[in-house]
Amino acid sequence: MSDLLKLTALEAHEAMVAGDLAAAEYTAAWKAAAAGDELNAYLWRNEGAEEGEAIAVARDCIAPIAVKDIFTTEGVPTTAGSRILEGYRPPYTSTAVRKLLEAGAPILGKTNMDEFAMGSSNENSAYGPVLNPWDRERVPGGSSGGSAAVVAGGLAPWAIGTDTGGSIRQPASFCGIVGLKPTYGAISRYGMIAFASSLDQCGPLTRTVSDAALLLGILQGHDPCDSTSVGIEGGVSLPDREDLSGLRFGVPAELARDDFDAGVRAVFEQTLRKIEELGGEIAEVALPSAEHGISAYYVIAPAEASSNLARYDGVRYGMRDGGDSDLIEMYETTRSEGFGPEVKRRIMLGTYALSSGYYEAYYGQAQKVRTRIAEDFSGAFAGVDFVVTPTAPSVAFKLGEKTDDPLAMYLNDFFTVPMSLAGIPAISIPAGLAAPAGGGPQLPVGFQIAAPAFAEQKLLDAAYALEQGIGFDRGPNPGERFSIDRAADG
Amino acid sequence: MARLARLRLSEEEVEKMVGELSGILEHVDRIGNLDLEGVEPTAHVVKLENVLRPDEPRPSLPRDAALASAPEPQDGAFRAPSPQAE
Repeated sequence: MSDLLKLTALEAHEAMVAGDLAAAEYTAAWKAAAAGDELNAYLWRNEGAEEGEAIAVARDCIAPIAVKDIFTTEGVPTTAGSRILEGYRPPYTSTAVRKLLEAGAPILGKTNMDEFAMGSSNENSAYGPVLNPWDRERVPGGSSGGSAAVVAGGLAPWAIGTDTGGSIRQPASFCGIVGLKPTYGAISRYGMIAFASSLDQCGPLTRTVSDAALLLGILQGHDPCDSTSVGIEGGVSLPDREDLSGLRFGVPAELARDDFDAGVRAVFEQTLRKIEELGGEIAEVALPSAEHGISAYYVIAPAEASSNLARYDGVRYGMRDGGDSDLIEMYETTRSEGFGPEVKRRIMLGTYALSSGYYEAYYGQAQKVRTRIAEDFSGAFAGVDFVVTPTAPSVAFKLGEKTDDPLAMYLNDFFTVPMSLAGIPAISIPAGLAAPAGGGPQLPVGFQIAAPAFAEQKLLDAAYALEQGIGFDRGPNPGERFSIDRAADG
Repeated sequence: MARLARLRLSEEEVEKMVGELSGILEHVDRIGNLDLEGVEPTAHVVKLENVLRPDEPRPSLPRDAALASAPEPQDGAFRAPSPQAE
């Protein structure tokens, strides 16, 4: 049985198409694995066909998939990690999930996440934190922490998540898997519960770059239900590039003085040498405005969130509290009881940034910084094919380590936010292991590669060649349900 | 501000949040001093042109389905407390 789970999603797909693997047996093996979730990674698991029609239409030739609980799925609980949506069963299915079902991928379950995708550790879920499969005392990253943990922990062959400022890439880095944030507009946002609409983008969390390419090919495309979706011209093919010759990789000059873990820096530099070994060229680029990314992001994202989350008012769906006599009283009670502390904090921040008298100083200024960051990248791409950075400033940190300091938590997104603001695609691939700054067993370190808008194919091809060159050991047998205590082991 | 956002915060929550938000705003304020005179603000990253679709009637969500998740529907409609109670 466990041999089946060792297959990558692509290998399983090819075996099913060739008739060498029975889809029912393969899916059953994954359902059994998912049932053993000890990481609090699933909020809902698909245990039978009775859970809504949406689940039953799958044709079972694509590996079953775990879906972040931010995607609406008809008849299936969808909470976005929030108390305010507890028990909500949406009347419609998101385009991303519909495309998966049409391609033949059964839904394995819905994964835990930071409430409304606001967080970098998964500790903001109303349903408890997710544990990192490499070390259960550590966070899996966030906000797509559940989706990263199921893939790394052998509870799903692959998953989808969403990335607003790093929410796919950072958990992929912390869990030692591949995470891709596509270009804004590559995949429809219809039915993806909105956090910051100008930044939110769906993407794959997978074991391998090839799996990410297969999944992106299924998900991408224009959707009449999302007028900002454009798709990727020419679609996506499986990557097969063997070396990096003729490609130029830009390292931001600012990285030299940025403050991040020595272990992460060592893996980053070792990966640059690997790129050169594979025939790629390393060059320096300037991203002078990128250092203001966090400031601009934490104005723009909360501003959009405060507006998007106005819809949770206890009237049409979700929870309601606060009696029957006064409308405002009902709104305030429902929202105060239903939202967690981080969501309230961001609503307050966004309401403030958009309020009369402050709008220009905050939101207007942040939008101009956004322009500058986008210009930095287009300037860089005039001379290089890709921009590379570490994905996160550290390896996975301990549960509770940053919960009392929201700003420290936000700074986790330092390397991922600029690409989100510029709307360009970026992938995190596992590049090696490093010990945490405070000591302890080694943990995965991600390497981020960013490309110009809609250059996903080129990005995946290069990431694939680098992935083969690195030969990252995915650690604890991903085909077995995770049961090894690494701390005791190492 | 909480009133504007339709949130009710306890005194304890307010105290904690004031400190946290000050720290965050202090960081954010770094962009306040940048000279960005004449820079176009970016609201949306992909250059899109407005397009119109044909105005054709299409089936929409059936009333039952739309009301299925409503907290307290009544007579085929959403129901809420009176806005005039204040």
